[in-house]
Amino acid sequence: MATKVMQDLVISPELAKNFRRNFTEKIIEFGLLFSAVFAVFITTAIVYVLVSEAIPFFQHVSIYEFLTDTVWTPNYSIKRYGILALISGTLTTTFIALLVAVPLGTITAIYLSEFASHKVRETIKPILELLVGVPTVVFGYFALMLVTPLLQKIYPDLTTFNMLGPGIVMGIMIVPYIASVSEDAMRAVPMAMREGAYAMGATRFQTAIKVIAPAATSGIVASYILAISRAVGETMIVAVAAGQQPNFTFNPVESAATITAYIVSVALGDLEHGGIGYQSIFAAGLTLLVMTLMLNILGHWVRKKYAERY
Amino acid sequence: MVARKKHNEIIKAESKNLNFFYADGTQALKGINLPVYENKITALIGPSGCGKSTYLRSFNRMHDLYPGNRYEGEIILYPDNTNILEKKVDPIEVRMRISMVFQKPNPFPKSIYENVAYGLRVRGERNKRVLDDKVEEALKGASLWGEVSERLHDLAFNLSGGQQQRLCIARALATEPEIMLFDEPTSALDPIATVNIEELMSELKKKLSILIVTHNMQQAARISDYTAYMYLGELIEHDLTDKIFTNPSKKETEDYITGKFG
Repeated sequence: MATKVMQDLVISPELAKNFRRNFTEKIIEFGLLFSAVFAVFITTAIVYVLVSEAIPFFQHVSIYEFLTDTVWTPNYSIKRYGILALISGTLTTTFIALLVAVPLGTITAIYLSEFASHKVRETIKPILELLVGVPTVVFGYFALMLVTPLLQKIYPDLTTFNMLGPGIVMGIMIVPYIASVSEDAMRAVPMAMREGAYAMGATRFQTAIKVIAPAATSGIVASYILAISRAVGETMIVAVAAGQQPNFTFNPVESAATITAYIVSVALGDLEHGGIGYQSIFAAGLTLLVMTLMLNILGHWVRKKYAERY
Repeated sequence: MVARKKHNEIIKAESKNLNFFYADGTQALKGINLPVYENKITALIGPSGCGKSTYLRSFNRMHDLYPGNRYEGEIILYPDNTNILEKKVDPIEVRMRISMVFQKPNPFPKSIYENVAYGLRVRGERNKRVLDDKVEEALKGASLWGEVSERLHDLAFNLSGGQQQRLCIARALATEPEIMLFDEPTSALDPIATVNIEELMSELKKKLSILIVTHNMQQAARISDYTAYMYLGELIEHDLTDKIFTNPSKKETEDYITGKFG
């Protein structure tokens, strides 16, 4: 009877669960889980260290003062703790960098994806990606010794340490990030979409701008966010060429210190462990972490909103 | 003027001894001579790989997008009496007069309105009223207006597959082409959407000439006036659809349409 309830189910040995296979599978699964958890663990540890060191700092300095004061002098006799003096440096250099990198990177991506022949693309892309491998300290001296002197020819009042030169160089440095990620996004747009546009009588440029770029928006925006995160976190270029004097200004021709430049300059000096000056770098680091975290959340949101649907 | 008549029909375009080679050297078309009649539907049938899509895509120079492809022979477009494969002919100009609908609906990542307006914008039309009128007209022509008139500014991806394909037809229609190429336009659609598209094509031929590739023989029999059977890059037979499906003159054609082969 088909409806009869089966009792004393007998399983033939051929169909029984294979112990060895299940065991190896479990080990593999554990290994994968371990790798995933490890990354999470490291991140948590970093956050823990930053927060635990920043807590004593905020017992001395109120968050209100930290966020509203515009003077940052934790290592002077008159101590002031206004992180805005550092944030302004970070934002200004990042903004200049984006002004350079977004147009240049996007145009490069469009060229590589829609115009360049296979051969040209395979030549230019590796060279471009080589730019990522250049140590940033080299870029820093490039800004200090070459770009700033050149800018001084146009604008003689420019000081040796300023935010404009390193900002521009930082922009050049992040062009490959934007170009490479955006190009991948545009090339992932199906050929059918391109054919559709060409069949309407569109030129290559019209196809690229009006069809391919909109279709790849999520990837392109993701590349911008990646570039911003990279610029906000960049240390050596600004530490070398922008000066290390905290200065609340958004004027690119002035010298200023970024959050990262402050951290590196203080961390290299000899400071009393546990002192307020030492703790201040963790407060600054925490600020940086919060900034990049917000950018990542923004990136995640944008990617979801403009998810590819072709 | 050259006599453009055959079978008492006016020839809109015709291929003369057309050969086509892909970049890897494969010859996909071998000396094809085939007319496309004005206000008629010409169907291309044949087994996969017979070159029917390759032939269709030669008409709007789609093969130019891939380096290394090569044409030989002529496709003459009337009344210009010009070989559109000629190097001096601008493929963009050709595509403005010969539009195409693809196998899978491929709307652009834009609103319904912008999809239809795209071809007009490409041609430099900026006048909002002209655009509005032409978009409406094209959507009506593709019998989609009733379904989308209330949501013209919604994203085209929100439409169903059949609606998307009719949107692609509207998009192609908006620029008032002389010939429309259909590359298996219903193979990704359900039967009801297929019927809609077929009825639409019968309506469209009043205004323009249609060349359609289909792997569905019933479809060719239902909608086309003339049918061409291709095999291995060669044109085996071209005649009135009724004749091809009831009394083909070639044995190969008969084998194919009766299902003995292919």
